[in-house]
Amino acid sequence: MDQFLQQTLSGLANGAIYASLALAVVMIYQAIDHFNFAQGEMAMFSTFIAWQLIAWGAPYWVAFVVCLAISFIGGMAIERIIFAPIHDAPALSHVVVFIALTLIFNAMAGFIWEFTIKEFPSPFPAELPFETKLIGPHEVGIVGITLIMLGMIYVFFRFTPIGLAMRAAAASPESARLVGISVKKMLGLGWGLAAAVGAVAGMMIAPVVFLEPNMMLGILLYGFAGAVVGGLTSPGGAVVGGFLMGVLEALAGTYVIGSELKLTFALVVIVAVLLFRPAGLFGRVVVQRV
Amino acid sequence: MAMLEVRGLEAFYGHTQALHGLDFDLEEGGITTILGANGAGKTTTLRSICGMVSNNGSITFDGEGLIGKATENIVRKGIAHVPEGRGTFVRVTTEENLRLGAFTVKGAKKIADGMERVYTYFPRLKERRNQQAGTLSGGEQQMLAVGRAMMLQPRLMLLDEPSFGLAPLIVKELFEILRTINQEEGVSMLLVEQNATLALGLADHAYLLETGRVVMSGTSDDIASDENVRKSYLGY
Repeated sequence: MDQFLQQTLSGLANGAIYASLALAVVMIYQAIDHFNFAQGEMAMFSTFIAWQLIAWGAPYWVAFVVCLAISFIGGMAIERIIFAPIHDAPALSHVVVFIALTLIFNAMAGFIWEFTIKEFPSPFPAELPFETKLIGPHEVGIVGITLIMLGMIYVFFRFTPIGLAMRAAAASPESARLVGISVKKMLGLGWGLAAAVGAVAGMMIAPVVFLEPNMMLGILLYGFAGAVVGGLTSPGGAVVGGFLMGVLEALAGTYVIGSELKLTFALVVIVAVLLFRPAGLFGRVVVQRV
Repeated sequence: MAMLEVRGLEAFYGHTQALHGLDFDLEEGGITTILGANGAGKTTTLRSICGMVSNNGSITFDGEGLIGKATENIVRKGIAHVPEGRGTFVRVTTEENLRLGAFTVKGAKKIADGMERVYTYFPRLKERRNQQAGTLSGGEQQMLAVGRAMMLQPRLMLLDEPSFGLAPLIVKELFEILRTINQEEGVSMLLVEQNATLALGLADHAYLLETGRVVMSGTSDDIASDENVRKSYLGY
């Protein structure tokens, strides 16, 4: 029983990371109808920036905030420089650009910071204020920070005029323009936010998996699985899907398949969902009028 | 000088030319209608004013050129477009639709006042304020589209076939409200309609469009009494 609880809780901690990445992927998917394969590498690169700031002597939370700001601006820049010009290009062009971005970020990180693994600090105290063997302090911190971030994003999209405008611009761009919303600016904001969310995920997971250019590969796969399970049209669903994948991964790893097949497991889930319930658990079925 | 002046307007969809040198004026405070059959270029004319089709020629609003400007910037000058198909933001509530309409308006008080005004014109929208807009009936969505346009506090409202697909009683109600908005709020209107009887009843000036050209213009009364118009468009 202890093992089961322990695995579930640690699954929730990893799930928080998957949920963040799933949310970032879905935010961009809603805006441009494409799957950002480079989301993980962008997050990894952001984490290296934070690592560098800390190495230069910045206190953790200063580095955290500066890293978010840089990631936000970087995300906006990627949209403006790379994706705005190919906005109307076919899906394949987008896929190629996403793959290119993935490779570019990976190689750039290796070039600047080398491929050796680095330790990344955890900002949380080394001991929990209460006695438990079920969950570690960093895991509690991951879940806490993620929930705070998700709450802020929810409030932003639900209750602020800009958040509402971003949803409107993604769902009906033409109507949005007709009420004076600059869809271009909203797209840029969306990319910035997604990049910042990814950066948080990267900084939270780096103390667990250690920092190196390939650290996000498996994590992004689970993030994708979370997005697909929850439904690509439902940000809330993607978050739930992310947490679900974390728990499934932990339990399946412990009781069923062992650790060797963990990545395969994520892919199997993706394929199974796409086969049997393509809209995901919470997504809408998209009907195309012809 | 007219509020809106259109000269030599040409519009294109890819290589297909939809408008062939359109000229017309719209006087401040009035309601002007553009009549014509399917494919005459009515919708294209409205979309040109809002910068949503590639075009050339000249469109001036209060003496300021609009051609080449981005849609969202044209809208900010006080031109609200009630688009064909109503353009509802279907996944958010009625009230959020109205809030989106006021995106360019600064000040919570102004927005709240605007919303109250919309609700006095369209009490049904108030009843449905927290309902997802996609679940409203066609008539309600058309009212929401007009209400959303009002939230912009526009000086000119472009209306693209507001009667389309609505029951006659609803249409009558809607057009009466449009007249009131025009008179009480001082919003000028450019109305595109296939239903010529309806449009001529509301508008003071009319232009008749055929395959992307203006073939006749005048006061609504003149146009309504023209023999050819009567036969071809009014059907009696």
